[in-house]
Amino acid sequence: MIEAKNINFYYKDFQALKDISLRIDPKSVTAFIGPSGCGKSTFLRLFNRMNDLINGTRLTGQCLINGRDIYEKAVNVDELRKDVGMVFQKPNPFPKTIFENVAYGLKVNAMGRKDFISQQVEKALVAAALWDEVKDKLHKSAYALSGGQQQRLCIARALAVEPSIILMDEPASALDPISTARIEELINELKNDYTILIVTHNMQQAARISSKTGFFMLGELVEYGDTKQIFNSPTKLQTQNYVNGNFG
Amino acid sequence: MNRKHKQIIAFTAFRIVGIIVVALLIWILGFIIYNGAGTLSIDFITTSPTDGMTNGGIFPAIVGTLCLIAGSMIFAFPLGVMSAIYTNEYGKGLIVRIIRIMTNNLGGVPSIVFGLFGMSLFVNTLGFGDSILAGSLTLGLLTLPLVIRTTEEALKAVPDSYRSSSLALGATKLQTIRHIVLPAASPNIITGLILSIGRVSGETAPILFTVAAYFLPKLPTSIFDQVMALPYHLYVLATSGTDIEASRPLAYGTALVLIAIVLLMNIVAAIIRRKFEKNLITN
Ligand SMILES: Nc1ncnc2c1ncn2[C@@H]1O[C@H](COP(=O)(O)OP(=O)(O)OP(=O)(O)O)[C@@H](O)[C@H]1O
Ligand SMILES: [Mg+2]
Repeated sequence: MIEAKNINFYYKDFQALKDISLRIDPKSVTAFIGPSGCGKSTFLRLFNRMNDLINGTRLTGQCLINGRDIYEKAVNVDELRKDVGMVFQKPNPFPKTIFENVAYGLKVNAMGRKDFISQQVEKALVAAALWDEVKDKLHKSAYALSGGQQQRLCIARALAVEPSIILMDEPASALDPISTARIEELINELKNDYTILIVTHNMQQAARISSKTGFFMLGELVEYGDTKQIFNSPTKLQTQNYVNGNFG
Repeated sequence: MNRKHKQIIAFTAFRIVGIIVVALLIWILGFIIYNGAGTLSIDFITTSPTDGMTNGGIFPAIVGTLCLIAGSMIFAFPLGVMSAIYTNEYGKGLIVRIIRIMTNNLGGVPSIVFGLFGMSLFVNTLGFGDSILAGSLTLGLLTLPLVIRTTEEALKAVPDSYRSSSLALGATKLQTIRHIVLPAASPNIITGLILSIGRVSGETAPILFTVAAYFLPKLPTSIFDQVMALPYHLYVLATSGTDIEASRPLAYGTALVLIAIVLLMNIVAAIIRRKFEKNLITN
């Protein structure tokens, strides 16, 4: 289970997140929507501590995964990131083969030997619905794949190390409609085994794939609840305007 | 005059300048080849100078220069790469700024100053004497800023998205650098190495007081030996030999060999670069 408690987040002296508290159900898809610059990506990056990489950031409040504050001193950040995978907006495979891309996480985490790695790579590619398309060219460049395939490869790469949580930051925004549909199908499958947090600008997408939705605006979590309720009967006027496209 | 004409005039000017530059280069090369080719022979590159350096070959100087290239690179390459990794991947803030300013300034120091410094530190204080070791260290110092600079550029050219996705998979920073960043940067790092070798092999001033022998027909047996070196030998032949007129063809021959060695190094490095590029599978 994931829980954020009174999170405030600052880039230097700019406050990007303002007193955010919420709970996220395990093995479900939770979507985050909101206008550009409202802090969705910042919020997502809290959970694998990728914000740590940015200079001059500051955080108050608690960020709990399975009851443990992941910002505690004792937490091993590399271990945390193994458990909390991430898929980025732009497909970003390594300049390696398809196989090496998926095997990378296993290798750096010293997860098993050669035969186990091959097995795990196949499993991850199957889970990412890419196996059939690439099984004959595993040792070809990842860059020989289409954008949509590359993104599924990045998902496979994240799945290979068996995380329990996957963060997705607009994973389909750089893709064509057919590839987008495939990614959505995939997310639908994955939610049985993983806790998925997804940021999206596509309202229909959020409505289709998530069970809960949070609406951010200017660093605040304006409304958070069941996706149906957020889209059909939002309680806040701002949410209503945004989901109906009257924003601005 | 419309935009199209302006464009034509501008590009014609660029083209003319480009051609002039290339022509100059060909002229210099041609001049050296024209004057030096006659001297070139197997004997020339495999024997020692004789008759007060008005005859014979330049073998000891070739060996000396190769030793100095190798020695300075063994020193400068790892140090430069590591320092660039530090400034680009690890360090932040004031320390990095200071290191950058220092290396940039170091890069602007005239090479004769390096020679003096090398003599004072390596030859005298550390007691290495006039030796391959002292010369290599001096040349290494001289080229260090270039290695650091080119390596930093190479590391900067690696997209940050590679780093983030590696870290996001639970790789440590060191693993990310070792398995993702360095392989991706290696072709450009090698290019920097080529530039450094070119620089090192042609320098005279830094080796003047630290290693170069005026005339030493025997080959070095340890890193504490003096050696002859091509650029210094060339200088000697051209300005202070026993019979400058008589050794003029030898001087051109020496210049030609020096250029050939640099060219050869470039080719070798380009092959290595290709190999690294092949390891990067981007299409
Ligand atoms: N590295 C950074 N340094 C300083 N400010 C930043 C940084 N990253 C984001 N911000 C600021 O924090 C705020 C939130 O940014 P964030 O990227 O989280 O927004 P977002 O909701 O993901 O937007 P988008 O939909 O455009 O991706 C923005 O105002 C942005 O300018
Ligand atoms: Mg964003």
